[in-house]
Amino acid sequence: MKKKVLYSLKSPYREQLDVIGFRFGHGKKSAAIVGAMRGNEVQQMYVCSRMVQELKKLEAKGKITEDCEIMVIPCVNYYSMNIGKRFWAMDNTDINRMFPGYWQGETTQRIADGLFSKIQGYEYGIQLASFYQVGNFLPHVKMMDTGFMQPDMMKDFGLEFGILRKPRPYDTTTLNYNWQVWETKAFSVYANATDDIDENAADEAVYAILRFLDKQGIVSANTPPGYITKIIDESKTKQIRSEASGVFKSLIEIGKRVERGDMLGVISDPFEGEVVSEIRSPVSGTVYFEYHDPLINSNTVCFKIIK
Amino acid sequence: MIETIATAALAVNENLNIQKRRIANGKSNRRLSLVTGTHGDELEGQYLAYMIGSYLNENIAMLDGIVDIYPALNPMGIDSITRGVPMFDLDMNRVFPGSKDGTMIETLCASIVDDIAGSDVCVDIHSSNIFLKEIPQIRMSVPTAPTLLPYAKMMNVDFVWIHESATVLESTLAHTLNTRGTKTLVVEMGVGMRITKEYCRQLFDGILNLMKELEMWSGETAPVREPIVSEGREVGFVNSDAAGIFVSCVDFGDSVSKGDHIGDVVDPLSSAVVEKIDAVCNGMIFTLREYPVVYGGSLLARILQPASGGDK
Repeated sequence: MKKKVLYSLKSPYREQLDVIGFRFGHGKKSAAIVGAMRGNEVQQMYVCSRMVQELKKLEAKGKITEDCEIMVIPCVNYYSMNIGKRFWAMDNTDINRMFPGYWQGETTQRIADGLFSKIQGYEYGIQLASFYQVGNFLPHVKMMDTGFMQPDMMKDFGLEFGILRKPRPYDTTTLNYNWQVWETKAFSVYANATDDIDENAADEAVYAILRFLDKQGIVSANTPPGYITKIIDESKTKQIRSEASGVFKSLIEIGKRVERGDMLGVISDPFEGEVVSEIRSPVSGTVYFEYHDPLINSNTVCFKIIK
Repeated sequence: MIETIATAALAVNENLNIQKRRIANGKSNRRLSLVTGTHGDELEGQYLAYMIGSYLNENIAMLDGIVDIYPALNPMGIDSITRGVPMFDLDMNRVFPGSKDGTMIETLCASIVDDIAGSDVCVDIHSSNIFLKEIPQIRMSVPTAPTLLPYAKMMNVDFVWIHESATVLESTLAHTLNTRGTKTLVVEMGVGMRITKEYCRQLFDGILNLMKELEMWSGETAPVREPIVSEGREVGFVNSDAAGIFVSCVDFGDSVSKGDHIGDVVDPLSSAVVEKIDAVCNGMIFTLREYPVVYGGSLLARILQPASGGDK
């Protein structure tokens, strides 16, 4: 393993920001794995740190294929993590809305450019992603439908679901989208939590990534058997939004199968405690997202169901 | 008449309400919409909304048509000094056109679009953010310029910046409305979290002139200035490479030559000048950094080159 500073940025009042990459093997640029780009993506950084541990062991045993190089970048934006902010500490911009970046541009464009120039050209790109709303996801893998992708490759992660997302205008500046445009086969892995560490989901994400790398012949790793992945179009999943606001209580765990009409959660009046809304599933399927906050506004996505 | 055009129930005993005030007189159905407060840290439009509304109150007989004033598309943001939508950290101007079947913010955005669409002209007023100060200007993309430029010239701004289209900007309110046939001008002026009275006054005159040109206003108007248009000109960006405190030695609207000293980045700890900042091209400074703390990459100034791209 080689620890390398991939990009540095001076701050007026803090120690220099060093984006650190851990390189395993050498030769052909085979896979790059990127963790936290936002200050609250603790689980994403943690999964990468676990990957560093696993790849160290595999490298020591000679289990990284000859002429294959893997790069792991656990955390791009620890400046924000250290002060409890989600986006860039100074101007609140989102590094993951700045790709492919611009070396003469603004600060986060320069960070994106500095990172992208080092992770471009890999055959596979894996980003540990998070969702903008507080909530838990069933571990799954996602690809952007850019026209350059091969959705069936998501099956090699062995997660229960692989989701294909049609990009919206604001997606065109994300790492995942730009990786694909520059011919890296890019995947986003959702490992349930964001601000907290979920050990079980982290285990599942680490095994999934190792399984994928093994299937591509980049490493030789023994992992528990995975799922036969179901590939679905994101637009075909059912989003359930709150019809009222108040105190939210989920009555279901992610990953559970529900039938149409089953009660998924309740919303109660924040002062009087009366139930003001029962949230029932309009379809039969598997719960793969659950809102996770005691307070909820109206029209907030509180569950997502894969039919 | 004050009307709530979109509402959403917040978690605890409160609604998020987006309101507009309709000022109407006469027989004409011509409609001008003045929209501001999409970013909670941009306040120039708040004072301008007040100025226009109070002036129309006093001179309502001169109005023949409808003026809709939407002072706060992101009321929670303004109320909490938050640029984006509080709780979600979302830039509201990247969520348009929204969706009737979407999340809370998407449904609000869809209602906003529905309400404004059909106006003869919409003026979407932004300040800069807290970091940069902007000369009063109107921005538009190349494809919309043939339609919008004649209206922009009525607005008494100093500068019209016609920029290339970017896919990411398809999520803005202005793009959405222009796509739907409602001519929408994006104004940028001043600086975040402050009110620059002289700029508000300048735009006030421009809006009255626009209303006159739309045949909605029979009252007095002041002569408007001819804006510099960026067509055929390049914009030079001056970014810092060092981190420290930026102190400029030029002013807005100054003309500079390539290589002219326009400021320094200094280090308060070592008392050293860590970067001497020079103009990257000839031209007029139309954006200047207001917030002094900078990182490598922080935007310090924008310079509009002369039409030839050559000498001043």
